[in-house]
Amino acid sequence: MKSFHKSPWLIHYDASSCNGCDIEVLACTMPRFDVERFGIINTGNPMHADIFCVTGGVNDQNKDVVKQIYDQIPEPKVVLAIGTCACTGGIFKECYNILGGVDQVIPVDVYVPGCAARPESIIDGVVKALSLYQEKHEKMVKEGRGLPEDPALDED
Amino acid sequence: MSKKTIIPFGPQHPVLPEPIHLDLVLEDETVVDAIPSIGFIHRGLESLVEKKDFNEMVYVAERVCGICSFMHGMGYCEAVEHLMEVEIPDRAKYLRTVWCEFSRLHSHLLWLGLLADGFGFEALFNEAWRIREKVLDMVELTTGGRLISSVNRVGGVLKDITPDMQKAMLDAVDKIEKELKPVANTFLNDYTVKSRLCGSGILSKEDAIALGACGPMMRASGIEVDMRKTGYAAYDNIDFDVITSNDCDGYARCQVRIGELFQSINIVRQAFAKMPEGEELSVKPKGNPNGEYLMRVEQPRGEAFYYVEGSGKKILDRFRVRTPTFANLAPLVHTLKGAPFADIPLLVLTIDPCISCTER
Repeated sequence: MKSFHKSPWLIHYDASSCNGCDIEVLACTMPRFDVERFGIINTGNPMHADIFCVTGGVNDQNKDVVKQIYDQIPEPKVVLAIGTCACTGGIFKECYNILGGVDQVIPVDVYVPGCAARPESIIDGVVKALSLYQEKHEKMVKEGRGLPEDPALDED
Repeated sequence: MSKKTIIPFGPQHPVLPEPIHLDLVLEDETVVDAIPSIGFIHRGLESLVEKKDFNEMVYVAERVCGICSFMHGMGYCEAVEHLMEVEIPDRAKYLRTVWCEFSRLHSHLLWLGLLADGFGFEALFNEAWRIREKVLDMVELTTGGRLISSVNRVGGVLKDITPDMQKAMLDAVDKIEKELKPVANTFLNDYTVKSRLCGSGILSKEDAIALGACGPMMRASGIEVDMRKTGYAAYDNIDFDVITSNDCDGYARCQVRIGELFQSINIVRQAFAKMPEGEELSVKPKGNPNGEYLMRVEQPRGEAFYYVEGSGKKILDRFRVRTPTFANLAPLVHTLKGAPFADIPLLVLTIDPCISCTER
């Protein structure tokens, strides 16, 4: 299990954001910020992912897509709400088609504010998500639902 | 005749950061029909115009899309300014032109990167985005924000570009031009890139007109159309040629956008050379907007309309945006028909889709 929180894989979904935060999530994987040096990979397959990054305030049409992606990610999983819209609905809160935040649809663990959220804050959010990820994993082991960490991986 | 299969594309797909759904009808490996369904990012932001006054609405208009956010804000401001018959200071016009061209630079570089990612050339993807960071640095230096800049207001701009910033911007532009040349060379002359782009997604001149394409998509089909030539902001004082190509395929679209990158750099230099000195950056509009106006702006992806209607109140009656990607969806569906399945992500990318704009 150590390998998971040393190299978490992300999946990103745009749940009705203005594109600003999505581009910043992508910019995190670019040479300037380069999260891949920490082993963080942006994957397209929910079944390979550990961390779910959602941007935008979620509308009626894509709430089911968000739920479906969330259900497909294997346990343990951490959800990041990226950007002010994802946290509360932001400037679009009063719009008729916005549910007002990702937490209206799925449980959110880390809130990353900003309009658009800066790459630095997104990386900070992912780092916070990692400790939560470890906690969730330990809880699963206690409940007898997962394998404990392999001590051999601690030696390096 | 073989059996038809329907394969769903999206809404969550690795090649696009945004959700769009296409039902692809396939016969063997060839797409015979594509049915797009949109609405995954529809927020209904046009309705906010009934709740916010016309000055606050600038910030909503900027958030139509995070990539061309400056131009959305500017398009809205120019529409309201025409409605209220406000003449903005000359310096503000030139400042808007400079920021417009910086947005175009970062948007086209972003697209080049995504295109390279679309055909699996990861090194080129990273290289394009590395150069893009230099553009964003300059936007951040002058406006305070990387993507959402919020420097427009009805009647002018909020921030000035000081001589120091101007020097930094010109230096950055020189550096970008130098670094862009080898990248552009790879896009235009590399064997692998050419083998993916040449001859894919043909949109003939007649089809482009009939289906109402716009922007680089239209120009790549050999039609000279550029809204900057209508002379909004300071474009009437700037000397530039509309870049077109007659190849009508994916390669032509790449060629046009790369040409526009160098053109943008040239426009930035011209704008700084012609920019008048002055302390005044904005004028306070008097009264409330009354009447209607349709503003047309050339965005990186093509022509956008901003329609505003007011009835002498602080709150506008109607705000309507028609964005370029919406116009380009019909040509996209046309180019998808008859294409091999493996080319679909690439063809979707060649129109430079911005779904947030389309659905608002």
